[in-house]
Amino acid sequence: MVEFSLWDISRNLLMAVRWTVLLSLMAFVGGGLIGLLLLVARIARWRGVEPLIAGYVQLFQGTPLLMQLFFLFFGLSSLGLQVSAWTAAAIGLTLYTSAFLTEIWRGCVNSVAKGQWEASSALALNLGEQLRYVIGPQALKVAVPPTVGFLVQVVKGTALASVIGFAELTKTGTTIANATFKPFTVYACVALLYFVLCFPISLWARSLERKLHGHR
Amino acid sequence: MISLDFPAVLVEWPLLLKGAAATLALTAVRATVGMVLGVACAWARTYGGAALKFAVGAYVEAIRNTPFIVQLFFLFFGLPSLGVKLSPEFASVLAMVVNLGAYASEIVRAGISATPRGQIEAAQSLALSPAQVFTRVVLPPALKRVWPAMVSQIIIVMLGSAVCGQISTQELSYAANLIQSRNFRAFESFIIATLMYLVLSIAVRRLLHWVGPRFIFGR
Repeated sequence: MVEFSLWDISRNLLMAVRWTVLLSLMAFVGGGLIGLLLLVARIARWRGVEPLIAGYVQLFQGTPLLMQLFFLFFGLSSLGLQVSAWTAAAIGLTLYTSAFLTEIWRGCVNSVAKGQWEASSALALNLGEQLRYVIGPQALKVAVPPTVGFLVQVVKGTALASVIGFAELTKTGTTIANATFKPFTVYACVALLYFVLCFPISLWARSLERKLHGHR
Repeated sequence: MISLDFPAVLVEWPLLLKGAAATLALTAVRATVGMVLGVACAWARTYGGAALKFAVGAYVEAIRNTPFIVQLFFLFFGLPSLGVKLSPEFASVLAMVVNLGAYASEIVRAGISATPRGQIEAAQSLALSPAQVFTRVVLPPALKRVWPAMVSQIIIVMLGSAVCGQISTQELSYAANLIQSRNFRAFESFIIATLMYLVLSIAVRRLLHWVGPRFIFGR
């Protein structure tokens, strides 16, 4: 048993927060990029792409994130591909995020009135120009609040990386709890730190949403 | 050379089936209790006094802004140091009920707030008591409006329940872990478990869309 003061516990947990933040940012940015690619592929109606992406989204939304991480971490290494916990978590969360974001954004693009498409194609804009100047700005306005809201889900999702041994906030909490035999205090601190991370984002998403509906 | 051996995992089908059944049973229990809790919280946040509103609001925000796995660990590992000892199954169900309750209350509240004012006034002018107005006039259409969102949330919590294997609740992800630790076929066993989750989530979604109009809010 190690003697840990409350200060030691919170200091170690605070150090671990940066990994949670880093993993969230990586997943969010990477997932956003892949999600955008998938979205464009869907809008451009490349042949055969629609069922593929629908299957991709269904696969990631219909299975537990934990299983996806297990699969990447334990599954691939049993095939001889050595993946570190960090890589597995980053890849898993990125794919997971991309599946959700592409679906959210597709809804936003669909919410743009059909006449806007017709008008812009009547002006002889090609697909890239349509997206860049007409559809994109309008869809973006609708897309921001749910996207920010989903960021909370990503931050919470990173907690699952603890299960495959990546030392972010939850894993560090478990380690400290095992060393100090103070699980109640430690997990309360962990929960509090997540709350401090996520609550401002939730409030931000909500105020964005209110602004959006105020303008209508 | 990579060689896949799915039969080595499939011979353990009783374990997998038992795991899937446990996942379904956990889901059924906590979907029911969680929804009742959600409706109660939505009622409290819509009609309750200021203190009640604040308390329920704090509960909802606390749950929605922390990861499920931390809530679960807090209940299972944290509470025993206060002298409350929970079995893995009970801790899992409790954590999921508390979790779903918070999300469900937000969903139901959105449905309730969309009730046209005139319907409530009409019900009041027919001399229905406040309780009758809520259970007969406000709630059923509110649930009907938000049912798709509710079904999605129930599925999300079911997929989240994979985490409960971590505190040795014997559900599907626990079975997959057990199998791969026996025969070292991690790739195959996680693929099969993942596919089973996919099938479960599609089946439960269908089932709930069938059950809702028939038994919960009427067509």
